[in-house]
Amino acid sequence: MNVSTSFVIRVVALGFLAVVIQAAAVSQISIFGVSADLSPLVVMSVGLLAGSITGALVGFGMGLLVDLALVQTLGVTSLLYIAIGYWSGRLRELRDPAHELVPLGMGAAATAVAGIGMALIQFLLGVDAPVSLLLLQQIFLTVLVNSLIALPVYAVVRRVLTPALPEDPRRRRRRRYTTGGLSPLKRPSEGLGGAVRSVSR
Amino acid sequence: MHDKQVRRRRAVLALIVAVSLILLSSYFGESESGPLHSVQRGVVEVLSPIQQGASTVLSPLRDVAGFFSSTFHAKTEVAQLRSANEKLLAENAQLQQYRITNKQLSQLINLDTAIGINSYRPVSANVIESDPSLWYDQIEVDAGSDQGVHTGQPAIGENGLVGLVTDVTSGDAIVTLITDHTLEVTAEVQDGNGNFGVLQPSVGNPSELVLSDLPNQANITDGQMVVTAGFRSGKLDSYYPPDIPIGIVSNANEVTLSSSGTVQVSPLVNLRHLSVVQILTKPQAGTTRASTVP
Repeated sequence: MNVSTSFVIRVVALGFLAVVIQAAAVSQISIFGVSADLSPLVVMSVGLLAGSITGALVGFGMGLLVDLALVQTLGVTSLLYIAIGYWSGRLRELRDPAHELVPLGMGAAATAVAGIGMALIQFLLGVDAPVSLLLLQQIFLTVLVNSLIALPVYAVVRRVLTPALPEDPRRRRRRRYTTGGLSPLKRPSEGLGGAVRSVSR
Repeated sequence: MHDKQVRRRRAVLALIVAVSLILLSSYFGESESGPLHSVQRGVVEVLSPIQQGASTVLSPLRDVAGFFSSTFHAKTEVAQLRSANEKLLAENAQLQQYRITNKQLSQLINLDTAIGINSYRPVSANVIESDPSLWYDQIEVDAGSDQGVHTGQPAIGENGLVGLVTDVTSGDAIVTLITDHTLEVTAEVQDGNGNFGVLQPSVGNPSELVLSDLPNQANITDGQMVVTAGFRSGKLDSYYPPDIPIGIVSNANEVTLSSSGTVQVSPLVNLRHLSVVQILTKPQAGTTRASTVP
């Protein structure tokens, strides 16, 4: 997929703003005792809209920014967000899901991958403190809260990126069907197209 | 054409995964003064004014959300606070008596027992950023080395201990909270015997701490106050001054206490809603400090 400069600028601005808003406001708002996490939702949304390579690259960049800005171990969040961005993009490339609730399910999955993946990596790096089983409850609640905001976040990301996204032939075709165009089964061949038009006139 | 795309996709994926792994292993292996840590500090310094601005701009949003959250929990809190108030009134009357006795005894032995926070040169700082992750409980505050803040200084909130300064730039500092899994505090239970142990977070449960290494026969009950021990051994000082409140014993199960020497402690400070902290820039007069931070 060829990407334009406008698209790159929009993605970079979106990622940067998401991390700043997350750190300055969202993280301090507690719902059911946990805070929402915008970053995996933004990465998932970009993957769903722009494909696997773009999703993985944005995941890497946003993860790195999160690790740098929040003074975490470099590379941990990047690894997790690469997986989220890549698989969101692959879902789009392989299945091209059109259902409106797909971002909700993908948002839940992305948050679960981020939460469980972070726990696994931390265990691998070594944790001296006792670990409570409530960690699972916290991850579950974060998944729940993120699911609630996944659709609005996806809508915002789509609104920002759509004008700069390269035209996708599959989506163009689908748009044509849903707006009254003919499906390939009903569409006349190129040669007949002119004849049909002339007859109808 | 399709094969070329697949090859390109795999190559990009392999490259960024490799870069992430290299960053992770290098960062994990290097010292605090290593190049990646320095880059990280530089980025924090650059982002700090932006975070500060964003924090100010977005404060109405936080306040509105905080209002709804507070209203939601207010009903439960009223019942709890009424019960706690009755208990505290009784304790207060007893403590007043102890205070008078203590003052008289102190004057007798010519000791200055005042533990005024002012003697620790507190520096007030606003919280400009907090970390949402379950694994990194840190906040960023708008006071740094220019204000006399250095790593290893304790930070307190309005009710008690909040954490420890673990990273400093000229204008801001990172405070690792007591609920972060890398932090341990030597703490004392005010049970009359001065039993002390090591206070650790319970990962995944930010509203509870675990006080371990207690004597098995310790007579600890729910509701007793837990404060910093502030030990001193020769030239070694604790990071924390003594007697800073940390929390209340919330679950002192006799079986657990006698078998594993642990009790559960609820922190006094609501670490999820910090807006202002004080950093004690002169916590001890000692030279070398005993560290419990890796």
